[in-house]
Amino acid sequence: MFKTNRRDFLRMAGAAGASAAALPLIGCGEKPKVVVIGGGFGGATAAKYVKWFDPSIDVTMIEPNKQFTTCPFSNLYLGGIRSFDSITHNYEAMANKHGVNVIHDMVTAIDASKKMVMTKSGGKISYDRLIVSPGIDFRYELTPGYDAEAAEMVPHAWKAGPQTKLLRAQMEAMPDGGLFVLAPPPNPFRCPPGPYERASMVAHYLKTQKPKSKLLILDAKDKFSKFGLFKEGWAKHYSDIIEWVPASKDGTVREIDAKNKVAITEFEKHKADVLNFIPAQKAGMIAHQAGLTDQTGWCPVNFQTWESTIHKGIHVIGDAAIATKMPKSGNAANTQAKVCAAAVVDMIQGKTPGTPTTSNTCYSLITPDYGISVTAVYRQTDKGYMGVAGAGGLSPTGEGPQFRALEAKYARGWYANIANDIWG
Amino acid sequence: MTKVGICLAAAFGFGLLASSANAGELMAKPELLASNCFNCHGYNGASAGVIDELDSLPARRIVSKLNDFKDGKKPSTIMGRIAKGYNDAEIEALAKYFGSMGNK
Repeated sequence: MFKTNRRDFLRMAGAAGASAAALPLIGCGEKPKVVVIGGGFGGATAAKYVKWFDPSIDVTMIEPNKQFTTCPFSNLYLGGIRSFDSITHNYEAMANKHGVNVIHDMVTAIDASKKMVMTKSGGKISYDRLIVSPGIDFRYELTPGYDAEAAEMVPHAWKAGPQTKLLRAQMEAMPDGGLFVLAPPPNPFRCPPGPYERASMVAHYLKTQKPKSKLLILDAKDKFSKFGLFKEGWAKHYSDIIEWVPASKDGTVREIDAKNKVAITEFEKHKADVLNFIPAQKAGMIAHQAGLTDQTGWCPVNFQTWESTIHKGIHVIGDAAIATKMPKSGNAANTQAKVCAAAVVDMIQGKTPGTPTTSNTCYSLITPDYGISVTAVYRQTDKGYMGVAGAGGLSPTGEGPQFRALEAKYARGWYANIANDIWG
Repeated sequence: MTKVGICLAAAFGFGLLASSANAGELMAKPELLASNCFNCHGYNGASAGVIDELDSLPARRIVSKLNDFKDGKKPSTIMGRIAKGYNDAEIEALAKYFGSMGNK
């Protein structure tokens, strides 16, 4: 079933190219095959949109899980203002409505020279072009005392799913008057404003359910995304609850004592009732196994097509890719996936992809009715993706409750529409 | 339809697509530009609510709205910041794309 007859494909493609350059290089004997690894914001978008741009291409998406819980809005679940079901999606529409072959399996290896993907259950799936969207993995080696096992006691909850539920359960079990310690990671990491929206939603929960409790943020950085907006919102709503300790004031957590829920900095030991440690990050495991990463631990790509600069025929998108000014966010992965899908289709059809204009929009909630945002429009340049001058930026500080309520409302509108854009 | 017939139909269809995409030369194809709006405004411009839908707006309205956001004539929380990132040719292409959906 997965055996692509590449020789036939090339023969047909060559014949079409020779006879009429304006016509697409599509053979009728065997359909060109695109395989996508990963069913998150990047992968699921890419699979759906290769079909959207060209329904004649055979698209297979490989994702281990049958359901996908989004990191975006998982903080709202932690804050108690959103159900777990409402942030969990499946691949039924992808398979039944959009004609993508969905395989639930784990990719164990990629053979770039044979253009083949190997899976845990023994599958061998060949491709003409491969799109890899593996998300992130954790650099456990940097923090003594913290690994996958410790994460069962001290959740990171930075991949949504069981970890998110575990953290919520610990919050529920926490006594009123307890201490929640949140340790955001060093740059670069998935969702730059995410830890601070998490702080806001945890603080909302504490304020409404356990008002004697405190939230201590032990940060590995001195500044973070939407800094002024978060500080303004926290001063308004959580001044008695949130304390933020930057790296320059001994904020960096160097060691974890998971059993006792203690975060250890250079000079202090912070004993928590709930400890949420978010480790330093790198590209998802399969990117490392396939040799798609460089010395930074992330994947270098050509910005026109998102094709790996290391392995031809393999495109890398989303958090795992080095995308210059674009942040590692679900929304960025979604727009990158569309640019990549269009480029993959153009390359298969023998056309030159245009210069992409793309964007990122990112909302965060500070309270259920207090939203903030950052946005940018990016154009591909010879230095990578750069924000268009004069466009984008943060929503203003100093705005009243009406403006903030509108941003909170649009945040929910964004979630409904992007979820439908990907999994609907 | 015979297999050859299907092939010809497919090739002809994509030939048309190719010619429209090539008109922009350096600019990304209009459907790619438009798809970039779907994350907030809904798949194929059909919003689930809250945020405006784009699939029922005539092209002229899209051009004037985007330019008004760009110039600050129309107040907004976020569209002013986004519209400033698009040039006239891109706005025209977007308007044409969504405008033709509205005529369905």
